[in-house]
Amino acid sequence: MQKILVCLKRVVDYNVRVRVKADGSGMALDGVKMAINPFDEIALEEALRIKERGETEEIVVVSLGTKECEQQLRTGLAMGADRAILVETDTALEPLSAARVLKALVDREAPGLVLLGKQAIDDDNNQTGQMLAALWDRPQATFASEVVLSDDRVTVSREVDAGLEIIEIDLPAVITTELRLNEPRFVKLPDIMKARKKTLEIVPLEELGLELERQFTVTKVEPPSDRQKGIIVADVAELVQTLTDRGLL
Amino acid sequence: MARVLIVAEHDGEHLNLSTAICVSCAASFDNDGIDVAVLAADGQAVAADAARLEGVTTVLQIDHPANEASLAATWAPQIAALAADYSHVFGPSTTFGKDLMPRVAALMGVGQLSDIMSTADGRVFRRPIYAGNAIVTVETRDDRTVVATVRTASYTAVEETGSATIEKRSLDAELPTHTRFVALRSDTGSERPDLQTAARVVSGGRALGSADKFQMIYDLADRLGAAVGASRAAVDAGLVGNDLQVGQTGKIIAPELYFAVGISGAIQHLTGIKDAGTIVAINKDAEAPIFEIADIGLVADLFAALPELIDRLDS
Repeated sequence: MQKILVCLKRVVDYNVRVRVKADGSGMALDGVKMAINPFDEIALEEALRIKERGETEEIVVVSLGTKECEQQLRTGLAMGADRAILVETDTALEPLSAARVLKALVDREAPGLVLLGKQAIDDDNNQTGQMLAALWDRPQATFASEVVLSDDRVTVSREVDAGLEIIEIDLPAVITTELRLNEPRFVKLPDIMKARKKTLEIVPLEELGLELERQFTVTKVEPPSDRQKGIIVADVAELVQTLTDRGLL
Repeated sequence: MARVLIVAEHDGEHLNLSTAICVSCAASFDNDGIDVAVLAADGQAVAADAARLEGVTTVLQIDHPANEASLAATWAPQIAALAADYSHVFGPSTTFGKDLMPRVAALMGVGQLSDIMSTADGRVFRRPIYAGNAIVTVETRDDRTVVATVRTASYTAVEETGSATIEKRSLDAELPTHTRFVALRSDTGSERPDLQTAARVVSGGRALGSADKFQMIYDLADRLGAAVGASRAAVDAGLVGNDLQVGQTGKIIAPELYFAVGISGAIQHLTGIKDAGTIVAINKDAEAPIFEIADIGLVADLFAALPELIDRLDS
């Protein structure tokens, strides 16, 4: 396989506890630390390991969004990707639109494999990979916790509700990653320097000539209804008594 | 008027409870009918299950050898072909539905809504984002089919008091061969209640330390007739298999009684249990975030508390 495309979404760092704005218009994100979506970082790590085994020649990282996404692409290049593409737009894209943009890049780059996270930790949609696979008319292996390549096919272990499902898919294909697939490497300082010399191409979204629409309008953002803090019991005896009193045993 | 198509989740023999939960969501707004599509190699038994769900109008039984495993690439073109007659197409927000429904939506050229928690009219929906740290209200365009996954913890399954018509259909959608099912490996014992639907769940965290010690969680679960769950940390540490994971990236559950033992309560775990009836937490760290949402907390060393609790339940 000549090339792997890895999608990196810029999201709020997973350590940040985000809150809803007081006026309910959205999330309070000013000055918040941003990062590569952790699932996408795992996707990139998997691509790097595939390349280190000599099973692919080039890794292209792509991001869709504002100019700031360059930071995440630079991090991806520092981790070891060869080249980056930013499809620049100030408009937030719904998953179907994101999949259409990625499909346009897939047509241009003709990768053997597209790797991306199973979901982004901001919108928690879990859709883009599946939609890309549909538009591309190629196989999808979602929630991957093990990926084994052999020539023109891949055996993927998928984490499903019932356990581990093993499927075999023909390449080219889309694989979305689960947390247990691997542990991404840390970026070293010399690699950050080297990454500055790598190519980062910026493609304005309009140049792709796609017809994208919005189907959904968010009319309200609100905090979840909190659970009331309960009681602390002194010992096991009181725990059993409390459960009995509440008719729970 | 709305007509809703629900994609049945099943294992070839039995209907998964998630389907009855989707029917419950569909029945929560005005509609002209709720149909359930059963795709299987031989869907007779599952279709009979689906026909008993209260509120279902027609069960569409689509038998095909290729439908033996629920592969999204195989099922999606069939669902998309059926969908033309409907205003809404729903699946559960289980790994099955999350895998399948976006592929269905994209084939239809429409977007998809994930994890719907409630809807008043089938056009405006509420759903969680940021691991449940916020709830958004989303309005969809009137001229587009609504394809969505239903958050299973947000609805109660409908009763099995219905008697829908079963209609056999054959579809001539072209089915791909590029995706092949190989095997399913499961850790879950079959005698134990199903984690996703159990009324009681006992979950253990990394504090258990080893797979051997995790046996205490099973012992407690046995006393309570409960299903067993685990935190992500416990799964990562290899104490139990991934199918037991509760939380944002595992199962979102809503049992009547939930025991969190040796689980500190990372936000990702709390996301998975917010809808539980009563949450009991046992943890030696009094500052653990789990106590912020627990209804009953016990600050104690689990290695002392668990055996005592099991003893007391026995006597």
